[in-house]
Amino acid sequence: MAETTYLEAIRQALFEEMDRDPNVFVLGEDIGAYGGAFKVTDGLLAKYGESRVIDTPISEAAIVGAAAGAAHMGMRPVCEMQFIDFISCAYDMLTNYVATARYRAFLPCPIVVRGPSGGYVRGGPFHSQNPEAAFLHTPGLKIVYPSTASDAYGLLKAAIRDDDPVLYFEHKYLYRRIKEELPNGDHVVPIGKARLAREGRDLSIITYAATVWKALEAAEQLEKEDGLSVDVLDLRSLLPMDDEAIMATVKKTNRVMIVHEDTRTGGVAGEVTARITERAFAWLDAPILRVTAADVPLPYSPPLEDFVLPQTSDIVTVARQLAAY
Amino acid sequence: MASRTSSRGRSAARSRATAVTPAAQAPSAALDRAQKLELYYYMRLTRSLEERLVNLYRQTKVIGGLFRSLGQEADAVGSAYALDRSKGDFLSPLIRNLGSMLVQGAQPLEIIRQYMAKGDSPTRGRELNIHFGDLERGFIGQISHLGDMVPVMAGVTLSFKMRGQDRVGLVYIGDGATSTGAFHEGINFAAVQRCPLVVVVENNGYAYSTPTSKQTAAAEFKDKALAYGIPGEQADGNDVLATYDVTKRAVDRARRGEGVTLIELLTYRRKGHAEHDNQSYVPEGEIARWASTNDPVDRYVAYLESAEGISAGELTEIDARVQREIDTATDLAEQSPMPEPSDALVGVYANPPSAEAPWYRQGVSSAVTANERPAAWGTFNG
Repeated sequence: MAETTYLEAIRQALFEEMDRDPNVFVLGEDIGAYGGAFKVTDGLLAKYGESRVIDTPISEAAIVGAAAGAAHMGMRPVCEMQFIDFISCAYDMLTNYVATARYRAFLPCPIVVRGPSGGYVRGGPFHSQNPEAAFLHTPGLKIVYPSTASDAYGLLKAAIRDDDPVLYFEHKYLYRRIKEELPNGDHVVPIGKARLAREGRDLSIITYAATVWKALEAAEQLEKEDGLSVDVLDLRSLLPMDDEAIMATVKKTNRVMIVHEDTRTGGVAGEVTARITERAFAWLDAPILRVTAADVPLPYSPPLEDFVLPQTSDIVTVARQLAAY
Repeated sequence: MASRTSSRGRSAARSRATAVTPAAQAPSAALDRAQKLELYYYMRLTRSLEERLVNLYRQTKVIGGLFRSLGQEADAVGSAYALDRSKGDFLSPLIRNLGSMLVQGAQPLEIIRQYMAKGDSPTRGRELNIHFGDLERGFIGQISHLGDMVPVMAGVTLSFKMRGQDRVGLVYIGDGATSTGAFHEGINFAAVQRCPLVVVVENNGYAYSTPTSKQTAAAEFKDKALAYGIPGEQADGNDVLATYDVTKRAVDRARRGEGVTLIELLTYRRKGHAEHDNQSYVPEGEIARWASTNDPVDRYVAYLESAEGISAGELTEIDARVQREIDTATDLAEQSPMPEPSDALVGVYANPPSAEAPWYRQGVSSAVTANERPAAWGTFNG
């Protein structure tokens, strides 16, 4: 069987879900005739027509708001943010309207908001963001951020079928850089379940999205050069978060570091750390350490971006510190 | 003070209107006697129900703020009445549109329970005042972030269009909310998609304390329609039949597939933003002038008596029925229980059905206890 890229996996899931359920439709900027800024939605318009593949004005709040209204009436809209950076334009709609709809008004709101996220692509401050932490704090939303083609495929299916609003972050660095054979059949990855990306005994790296690959690279190097056996946990879902998998890796290695591409202060790593100290403090043999972006807007020029974002060498450095503690 | 010689000059001219005068060709000419009395019933119910809520508020039985629509009953009732409930038409009210919700079937008991934060209120105590809805009856609960309901109703009506349903939506916003980004994005989106949507801008002169002159430099809100490529109409919002007529024409256009209409209804907010607001910012005499010369209920009563030959007795009977309904609802609402505290955790998501209480509210079976390290603390090597 042919290998499928991360981007093709997303597109394939969209086609299959639109085939499966006539209530599924997509809306966003330049997604129809043009096929999307990254061509994720290429071909959808030709197959499903303008009624189900809607080119919208540049109006992120209206895209999300209209999706919510349609979802109340039984539709299952999938919104594209052309770059996930622009999701902040819909922040009010997502946090105040969408996230509260079921709780305050018993309104079903099964929408998906997806879009190209993340850096390492020289995109600069407004085409490289990782906004997950801004939404992690909002009860009522679900957040997934896959790192593999299979998970990109299976989590998008799960997100579209989920009865709650799901933010689906897809990493644009991974779009065409990784590929694999997708599992056979209707592969749905449950939201809220982490994935053990590498099995190890000596220390744990908890991460998600593009830094999963950097963590795996670091683990390989640590094994070769230091003889360290590293557990790599790919969270996949950030909200809800898989506490069981987190505590399992903590109890297994007793040494934990958290790696993410997003900035440090108020990031996902802080939340994971708090959960571990509340629930499994006694299992720790070392302080929990973080490898993250520095607390700056992401700059454009390669030497600057590389300096700000976490690199494999950073993970190796911190892992050695952790192992030696 | 510039703000005090504001657009209310225009309003003062309007406030001299004293009669309800339907044109012969107007849609309201087709309303029968019973329907015209029903309009009166809903206006009276709105006003009397709010008066009851004031009593409950003063007795501290209303937990949060109280928002009145005194003097604006006609615009809410007349516009909502133009929808066709048998076809499943749908509306989204704002805070001064209690009347529109009553037309769609909201019950006084629901309103009072909601204001009193009762456990059997429409939102089980989660939301305040008239922030609630019902998909079955065709109205959807607003949120406090003004303008947001315009994109949402664009989506509701987009779904009508996508499914080929013969349904129309109506969304209310105030003069103040036209300044929000959500209003612009939503009405533009709906206009481009030709959604079957009517956008009613209820121009009551004030957004909290801010007069219309500080809200927009546009002479008329209806003019904003031009920029969206849609029809813009204006009507006397204190004339219930004129309100019905202008809305009905827009609803009919939407149902014919002709897209969005923006309607500006001219009215006046005679009470403060909420009950606590002393309206110190309102020019002397302005409220009294509207109350004495341009009250929508008084104007409609004058019309019913002179043009429809309806007797004062008939109207008194309706008033009595309204009072009975409100009394019954009040008695029932007072007996309603407050919510069970733990219900606060239920229903944020479809799945999981309930949020987790913090461990210190869970007793001995806490997550902390469950994760205790074995007695021989040290590195686990199993």
